[in-house]
Amino acid sequence: MTGHRFAELHLDHVRRAFGDTVALQGMDLTIKGGEFVALLGPSGCGKSTALNCLAGLLPLTGGRITLDGKRIDDLPPEKRGFGMVFQNYALFPHMSVRRNIAFGLSMRRTPKAELHRRVDEAVRLVQLEEHQHKFPAQLSGGQQQRVAIARAIVLEPPLVLMDEPLSNLDAALRLEMRTEIRRLHQSLGLTTVYVTHDQEEALALADRLVVLRLGEVQQVGSPEEVYAHPVNRYVAGFMGYRNMIPVTVTSQDGERTTVHTGDDVKLVGIKREELGPEAVAAVRPEDFAVVGESGENTLEAVVEIVEYHGREQAVEARLRDGSPLHVRTNSRLAPGDTIMLKVPVERVLVFS
Amino acid sequence: MTAVLERASLRHRLAEKGVDRVLWLLVPGAVFVVLLFVYPFLYGLQLSFQPKGGGSPFQNYITFFSDPYLAETVWITLRLGLPAALFNVLASIPIAFRMRGRFRGKRALTTVLVVPITLGTVLTAEGLLAFFGPAGWFNRIWMALGADEPAKLTHNYWGVLFSLIITGFPFAFLLTLSYLSGIDPTLEQAAATLGASRRQRFRTITMPLLAPGLAVTFCLSFVLAFSVFPSAVMVGDPVGETHVMSIAAYETALRDNDFALGSAIAMLMALVMLIVIGVVLIWRTTLYRGATGGKG
Repeated sequence: MTGHRFAELHLDHVRRAFGDTVALQGMDLTIKGGEFVALLGPSGCGKSTALNCLAGLLPLTGGRITLDGKRIDDLPPEKRGFGMVFQNYALFPHMSVRRNIAFGLSMRRTPKAELHRRVDEAVRLVQLEEHQHKFPAQLSGGQQQRVAIARAIVLEPPLVLMDEPLSNLDAALRLEMRTEIRRLHQSLGLTTVYVTHDQEEALALADRLVVLRLGEVQQVGSPEEVYAHPVNRYVAGFMGYRNMIPVTVTSQDGERTTVHTGDDVKLVGIKREELGPEAVAAVRPEDFAVVGESGENTLEAVVEIVEYHGREQAVEARLRDGSPLHVRTNSRLAPGDTIMLKVPVERVLVFS
Repeated sequence: MTAVLERASLRHRLAEKGVDRVLWLLVPGAVFVVLLFVYPFLYGLQLSFQPKGGGSPFQNYITFFSDPYLAETVWITLRLGLPAALFNVLASIPIAFRMRGRFRGKRALTTVLVVPITLGTVLTAEGLLAFFGPAGWFNRIWMALGADEPAKLTHNYWGVLFSLIITGFPFAFLLTLSYLSGIDPTLEQAAATLGASRRQRFRTITMPLLAPGLAVTFCLSFVLAFSVFPSAVMVGDPVGETHVMSIAAYETALRDNDFALGSAIAMLMALVMLIVIGVVLIWRTTLYRGATGGKG
């Protein structure tokens, strides 16, 4: 069982509005066959709209979608032949697991023998052999999820669309199914578009990330690019830069930028976009090191709240000017401690 | 000390089984049902076994079936009730299907479809008489189109059938709409992405999930239509084609003063309805009746 490969799926200025609200404004994206693309963003960012437009469940307000040069945005979903896994799984409650999986094949009038062979294979692939005659209501969430995936991939679709498929599962199962999805993608050579609001999930699964906000693409890139080099404050925030320290820009030397915090502490960081006089310095909680004395790129803060996270502690501290700071550290701290936090220059990103 | 503990635990055990003070809320309803349904029903039942002229307790039932004018009412009433209920259920499917989801003017359209409930049978019957009568608009157009004589659509079977459809449709429609809204729309979307055409989606997903609801809708529509009385008198032919069971029961009891035979007819009415409902519900047990995933 393999996906029918295509060379290139092209979204050209895909736009979707609901009345006056624009859910997706002019999205451009090229997906290559075999890729795992994650659409990432908070709810309302347009990621599910984009997926539904791809599936054909929502007509476009503007733009076009082409598959290897052939226009497909005017085709109804049943003519596109993309597999889709829904957030609530959308299993047919009145059909057994086996009939759910066989549904697409029987709609295509696949000969009996071939249908059974392919359903058997799909059932085996998602390890549901002993549950195949049960009904969806008799299955656990994880098992329902497997049925939904098997039902979509048994048709060997050129493109598999997944709409937050793990969001209804508990934490342990989510990790397990995540690996499972990546395994299926690789071993079957699928092309997958995956919608999620969980950046960890997106980073772990995807070959390429598309970060969306208010219907607009913010950044497209490999997980590493997006994680290490977010293009703006919004993407940085989404990629775990929890600290956004308001600063004044004092000097710029190429990428290297010197700024001053509200406490008048000097910080040197990397400029990520054109800056005015006011800016924010973005720092990940885990990039701070607790040091003994003040020095270069070092902030002074007072510990307020300490959360125990096993090897690490998550600390909320306050700078002298009152702005909060999130820190993850191996050092054992207690509320009330005054600490010095040092951060390397290349881990301070300055955004306008 | 132990006594106190035991008493507390008994109350607790009863509460676990649902026996607690909230149960009192059922009392008014239960009293109502006993006084206004159970007692009159049982009274009527025993009355039907005490024929006015004496003799065998089954004499009333024997009389009913040996008098063709009375026995025929069963068939006459079924001939009205079954088609009316069937039509209302079937007609409500496509309209409810279109009315799912949100769109502009939905409320106005629903109101128009539901208004006949508020009109009452008498007003509907008057309207029908005026519209479908020999000098009504329908027949004027009919004649203008070149018909030789006006179509006879009132004071017969058709008048009553139309009346049952007009008054029964809103019920069937509202019920069907709520059953249909209870089906998760992503199921159909999923079927579409799996290659099912509109027709296939309706046949394989919507219909099987809707059928149990349609069965119930049919039963209720049928009961409503089967007990037809005013329109059978006003737009029907109450001594002939539309001499329905309720008219027969009324005439026997209140015109001929034979309450016992009237009760027997009423009991037979209930029996016919129960048989039809029973058949439909037995068919319903062969369907999938679980959750349909939606919010309804």
